[in-house]
Amino acid sequence: MSRTALLILADGRFPAGGHAHSGGMEAAVASGGVHDTASLEAFCRGRLHTAGLTAAGLAAAAATGYDALALDDAADTRTPAPALRRVARRLGRQMMRAARATWPCAGLDHLARHRPQGPHQPVVLGVAARAAGLTALDAAHAAVYESVGGPATAAVRLLSLDPFEATAVLARLADDLDAVAAAASDAAGRVAVEGVTVLPAASAPLLDITGEQHAAWAVRLFAS
Amino acid sequence: MRDAAPPPALHPVVPHADGPAHPAGVRAAARLRATHNGRATTVPLLHSDGPFHLRRLRPRGERARVCVLGAMSAPLGGDRLALDITAEARTRLEVTTAAATIALRGPTADPATYDVRLTAGEDASLRWLPQPLISTRGSTVHQTYRVELAGSSRLLLREEQLLGRTAEPPGRLSTRLTVRRDGRPILDQHTVYGAPTPAWDGPAVLGGHRATGQLLLVGPGLEAPPEPVLLGDPAGGHCVLVPLADGPALLATAVAPTPARLRRLLDEALARVPGAET
Repeated sequence: MSRTALLILADGRFPAGGHAHSGGMEAAVASGGVHDTASLEAFCRGRLHTAGLTAAGLAAAAATGYDALALDDAADTRTPAPALRRVARRLGRQMMRAARATWPCAGLDHLARHRPQGPHQPVVLGVAARAAGLTALDAAHAAVYESVGGPATAAVRLLSLDPFEATAVLARLADDLDAVAAAASDAAGRVAVEGVTVLPAASAPLLDITGEQHAAWAVRLFAS
Repeated sequence: MRDAAPPPALHPVVPHADGPAHPAGVRAAARLRATHNGRATTVPLLHSDGPFHLRRLRPRGERARVCVLGAMSAPLGGDRLALDITAEARTRLEVTTAAATIALRGPTADPATYDVRLTAGEDASLRWLPQPLISTRGSTVHQTYRVELAGSSRLLLREEQLLGRTAEPPGRLSTRLTVRRDGRPILDQHTVYGAPTPAWDGPAVLGGHRATGQLLLVGPGLEAPPEPVLLGDPAGGHCVLVPLADGPALLATAVAPTPARLRRLLDEALARVPGAET
């Protein structure tokens, strides 16, 4: 593996459009659910162990070389809220463009050809990780880091939180991030034998509910 | 009553990763099967077991109805419970429970398993409308729902959970719901609430609400409302009704401060489904 490739893939400056999304944070701030550093941490921890785990499982499975189209279907069955499916596909399309330019490979071409509207982002992430010579665990790490990094950055902008404190929140989550990435990667190691049902399907009701509510807002700062 | 030797399971119980159940636990597999005799739906198989006492209710129109009565306190720690419900081709079946299911710790802190299988054949209509499951302090329950639907069948499933009784933290409640239609997965979802699950009541998951639930509708002719249905507000409880990716299927998801408020939201969501059977 190349440690540098992982840094590039997980870098918030990787041009995959993630900066426009708050991962549910904008809705959580609007409802008062997130209002300070402690509630930011609770949000990130909850998102990590639900949507983050599920995304990491899909990304890790894709990085093993498992059928990416089957994983894209599995992502659909794990994403009941249509607003969140649209977001995942839009992000997937954007990441696809960046990844194909960065690590061109047949796997990305194949996935792009069969999902012209954009595959779910974690699946693209996993295929890109594989193209970059990364492992399933690397892909899971990139996915879990993104699942909390985006919302934390958004909270800084939405609440004018101290960016040092927001970064400290991410640092405090490091053990959880490692554990969730390892669990996702373990599940991905079984997918070839046991099929996609072995992958995590952890879900958070509020993320689904507020994801739909947020998509209906007339004016919003973030796309999700 | 709980001392009675557990009868052998009539069908394989889904294995769980938690190892063997505590010997004190009850092992029970209740089954019921509805069939169409050419004129009406009948329920020729009604196999009560352990805590599940199955009783026929008076049919409502052409719909056969069965009620699950709690014959003993369950699930308790270490219990392995399974309920297998089949609505064969062309039947109309509704299954309810007489009272809330209360998960208690029991004599051991071992997890209890509660596996519900729902199967609907061609042109069948199956409704599973139990009372809420209440997770009480110290209990651990791993619940699975495995739903298998023929392409022309219809399903109405309601599932409600109350996390802790008044002023009580809940136990741990894990629920895996998998729904397949014509053999194809259409919904796969896993929720876990209660300590030590990280941030389960935080602003990304339940937002401090104690009641959560879902309503799933599947079947041909089901029309999605033109826009996603958004009900309620963050303080009083809220709910969305949305189409799944691989329809025709609609899912309402709600969180609320009380079970009564939760039920109102789910009822309201159901009322917003055009042409939903009532």
